[in-house]
Amino acid sequence: MEEDPLLTITDLRIEGRSGELWHPIVKGVNLSLRRGEVLGLIGESGAGKSTLGLAAMGFARDGCRIAGGSIDFDGINLRTAPEAQRRSLRGKRIAYVAQSAAASFNPAHKLIDQYCECPVVHGVMPREQAEADAFELYRRMRLPNPEAIGFRYPHQVSGGQLQRAMTAMAMACRPDLIIFDEPTTALDVTTQIEVLAAIRDIVRQFGTAAIYITHDLAVVAQMADRIKVLLRGHEVEEADTRSMLAAPREAYTKSLWAVRSFARAERPPATGTPVVSVRNVTAGYGAVDVLKDVSFDIHHRRTVAVVGESGSGKSTTARVITGLLPPRKGEVLFNGKVLPPNFKVRSREELRQCQMIYQMADTALNPKLRLRELIGRPAEMYLGLKGKALDSRIRDLLALIELEPDTFIDRLPSELSGGQKQRIGIARALAAEPQLIICDEVTSALDQIVQEGILKLLDRLQAELNLAYMFITHDLATVKSIADEVVVMQRGVVVERGPKAALFAEPKEEYTNLLLSSVPEMDPDWLNRLLAARAGQ
Amino acid sequence: MHGIWTMIRQRLLLGMLTLFIISAVIFGATELLPGDLARELLGQSATEETLAALREQLGLNESAPVRYWNWLTGVLHGDFGMSMATNKPISELVGTRLGNTLFLALYAAALAVPISLTLGVLAALWRNSIFDRASNALALTAISFPEFFVAYILILWLAQSGIFPSMVRMTEATTTLDFLYMAFLPALTLTLVVTAHMMRMTRAAIINLLASPYIEMARLKGMSPMRVVLRHAVPNALAPIINVVALNLAYLITGVVVVEVVFVYPGLGQLMIDAVTNRDIPVVQAIALIFACAYVLLNLLADVLSTITNPRLMHRK
Amino acid sequence: MPILFSIVVGIALFFMIGFVARALLQAFAPAHLKPTFRDTPLTACFGLSVILLYVVVAIFAPMIAPFGEGEVLGAQFLPWASPHYLGTDKLGRDMLTRLIYGARNTVGIAFATTALSFFVGSFLGIWAALAGGWLDQWLSRFVDALMAIPALILSLLLLTIFGTSVLTLILVIAAVDATRVYRLARSVAQGIVVMDYIEAARLRGEGMWRLVRREILPNAVAPLVAEFGLRFCFVFLSISALSFLGLGIKPPTADWGSMVRENATLITFGDITPLLPAGAIALLTVAVNFVVDWQLHRASGLKE
Repeated sequence: MEEDPLLTITDLRIEGRSGELWHPIVKGVNLSLRRGEVLGLIGESGAGKSTLGLAAMGFARDGCRIAGGSIDFDGINLRTAPEAQRRSLRGKRIAYVAQSAAASFNPAHKLIDQYCECPVVHGVMPREQAEADAFELYRRMRLPNPEAIGFRYPHQVSGGQLQRAMTAMAMACRPDLIIFDEPTTALDVTTQIEVLAAIRDIVRQFGTAAIYITHDLAVVAQMADRIKVLLRGHEVEEADTRSMLAAPREAYTKSLWAVRSFARAERPPATGTPVVSVRNVTAGYGAVDVLKDVSFDIHHRRTVAVVGESGSGKSTTARVITGLLPPRKGEVLFNGKVLPPNFKVRSREELRQCQMIYQMADTALNPKLRLRELIGRPAEMYLGLKGKALDSRIRDLLALIELEPDTFIDRLPSELSGGQKQRIGIARALAAEPQLIICDEVTSALDQIVQEGILKLLDRLQAELNLAYMFITHDLATVKSIADEVVVMQRGVVVERGPKAALFAEPKEEYTNLLLSSVPEMDPDWLNRLLAARAGQ
Repeated sequence: MHGIWTMIRQRLLLGMLTLFIISAVIFGATELLPGDLARELLGQSATEETLAALREQLGLNESAPVRYWNWLTGVLHGDFGMSMATNKPISELVGTRLGNTLFLALYAAALAVPISLTLGVLAALWRNSIFDRASNALALTAISFPEFFVAYILILWLAQSGIFPSMVRMTEATTTLDFLYMAFLPALTLTLVVTAHMMRMTRAAIINLLASPYIEMARLKGMSPMRVVLRHAVPNALAPIINVVALNLAYLITGVVVVEVVFVYPGLGQLMIDAVTNRDIPVVQAIALIFACAYVLLNLLADVLSTITNPRLMHRK
Repeated sequence: MPILFSIVVGIALFFMIGFVARALLQAFAPAHLKPTFRDTPLTACFGLSVILLYVVVAIFAPMIAPFGEGEVLGAQFLPWASPHYLGTDKLGRDMLTRLIYGARNTVGIAFATTALSFFVGSFLGIWAALAGGWLDQWLSRFVDALMAIPALILSLLLLTIFGTSVLTLILVIAAVDATRVYRLARSVAQGIVVMDYIEAARLRGEGMWRLVRREILPNAVAPLVAEFGLRFCFVFLSISALSFLGLGIKPPTADWGSMVRENATLITFGDITPLLPAGAIALLTVAVNFVVDWQLHRASGLKE
């Protein structure tokens, strides 16, 4: 028998304010959720996922308003219900798990006090019972020392554990519905697995309905019964997980799926003198060695991907090569010649040969300079171009990164989209006509489709201009698509390095294997298989 | 817990060092004057004998480090030297006046701190409401008023009608209650000026915190606005609020000078202005050092208190 | 009762001036600024028109004032009646005339002082942030030590030593205030120096001068301009307080702070004349604060 849905959202419209004007964020979305069902909401940034998730709690952030439609939760109209009634539902019958647990736990209170707040204030159970219950839930979430961990402050607990503690807190009143807002996005891949498994199990054990918001298709494939795809506030399509993965209907959904398929063949191994050769580098800040005895080479027309989780020393390696952090031991060779350790004593020619592209284009481009100056400055400085020659060079560079010169040359960075800004970062690096470009997480702040464009562009430029890339990333999908060689780092040490195909096919080190196997795949059974395989070991 | 005491000890040591440097600055400032201090003070018409006498009195014949050392050791024993204008020991002049000034400052603080913290929290709670806008505009206006303007308005309003005295005259028979009554207008003037600052800064500190994800989380847990502010925002706002209070109490010290002059209040500020007018350098140095000490000690106290209220520092990993 | 009456009149005037100014601003603003002025708060409109009024009075003081600045015209403490609309002071000089010249002297001196302190403070602050190392350490520790002495107390100490003339007054207040400007300029510049685009420019091999001129200054201007308004208020109030204490601008120069001091005895007779110069100080400070508040609000609003 078909029971009444737990949550029904009809033609919901939400607006956000900029200055005195209201512009739509969510443009008429319908949603229906049965008890115990998990719905995955996916979409890129600006799709309105989080706004929609919060609206399911009858909540709109400051500067947003619900402009139309209805939200019906178990017979209660959340749009017309008085604020006091909505408040009595939040935390008790509808709970929320935020993206960054580290920022969403109050730093001034212990975990257990924050856990007990909901059950006690909402009058569900007294404090002693809530505490006992917390230990039980902490155990189910597989937190270490479930009876002690609650008496710590948030800053004393690691990110992955906090995320699980927050899920336990959401469960405190045994709500009917939990909104998960990108709960694993801020975590490293190896930590992500544990959190995903714990969340999935507890939701199933209690039969809680959930809305799982993420931009990661592979993650949502593991968690959701049904998937809804959003694009700029509109619904694109909705289907159950397996059929959506097997046969997406809409063009946009297909394009989302297709992103993962970009990969180019590994180029033949290079010979001769490497462009850059890092030799036995040990470096660090203060008394701490962040890098220990790191060595690798980068050849012409090759892309070397340096992968590792946060704190593995990837970016520090880049700082050593650029000369921002002189190493304690070891040296960096450029075309066989030793580079001065400090960039301040490098010659202009040495500086020119090695350029950098940053993760956050927003902070990498001076917001007060026009593109003409941003791109033109290296060409003017290194190559001595002036007047007409400089102008035509800037136009050539803009054309090279696929931006229309006449439209863009006099714009400010604030007048560009995220992907366009990153292209300007690339053009600035190219303007110096370097041999090596260091790309520091250049795609991780971008949406998947935009990422794909940037990767293809970088690949094309490499072939045309004979460039060597050092590609720093934590995202193994990016590595698969663009790298020739891979350097795996963990806690400042190179764990393993080698050609991409060989390394992916037969990782020699245990850590490499763990890292590679932790990358979610677009297969609903992937998590089950992985957990079974790990349990069997 | 071990770390916190080390930290507090470090702060205390740093505070002592600051005081030492300040004493050097206050003393050394006289050395900035090109030429002869004695001639500068007595003017061109002074005779050689009077100049020599003054040099002797100021100890100008000794080298600067020696004079500084003598001065500093004297100060540490409560001996600030002699006033040039009145020929009395400075410690005698300062004695009761220091007490009066401290009394006035504490009186004003006792009024200002609770009022402004309450108003600040309320304005943050009801932000963008009429109450918030009106109190913000009023506070901005009060900040813009010179202290003597506020003081004279209060005199015109409350002293003309004879409710409160506009001058503070103390005799042997003055009781504390009389004193509270007589010092009400000066204290109220200081309160009005400081409250505006403190309230605005409290409001800003709390609103700053209300944008944090953990505040949104508290709201999504169904907590009432009052509970969100009191239980989730205020504990985290303690450190900024303590600093706001310290900053404004320190500001009181400066404000006291003008207010004492307006109300003819027998405090350090009056004494200092007289000394500046007479260019009685030893007295000015002594009072400047006392004010600076109070200022540094307040900041030190705030520093220690905000360290103690920070869970990240109290409970290390 | 008169207090209540004047508050009501004050509020009415505030709204009137605010509305009229907003209407005028919208009517005469250049096209690209029109959207900016459309939702300007009343407080800011009021502030802008008051500042404009002061500037006009300061510039055209000799033409507006009915008598000479230091002219002794007759009996002292005359009541408000033609030809001395606001009476005379304790030497028999025309009150209105001296109020008008006060706009030129008091505001002019405060402005010059702020400009000087700003130039020195922000130059040193940006330099320290960019250079870092021992230069930054030494400058910052020195400024910290100076800032550990309350501003008014330090000014009084310096004025005792150097004597009180207009020039020493300007130099002393500017020096004391420059420490505050230094702090702000340094922290603003430090926020910019950690940006990736500065790292990129350094790695490119750009020199110090170009870094300051093209990369840092354009991004530091907005917060520094708002700060200029705040510092002006502070300097203006400090100078007025010192003049009121008899240590600032000296007679016969017409100055609002010393005018309050000279005529303060009238207050005890219930005459509000000495409050006029004090009110003139307060009004300008309020106006500047309103405008600064609006600018800061706008800056923070645009970031969201």
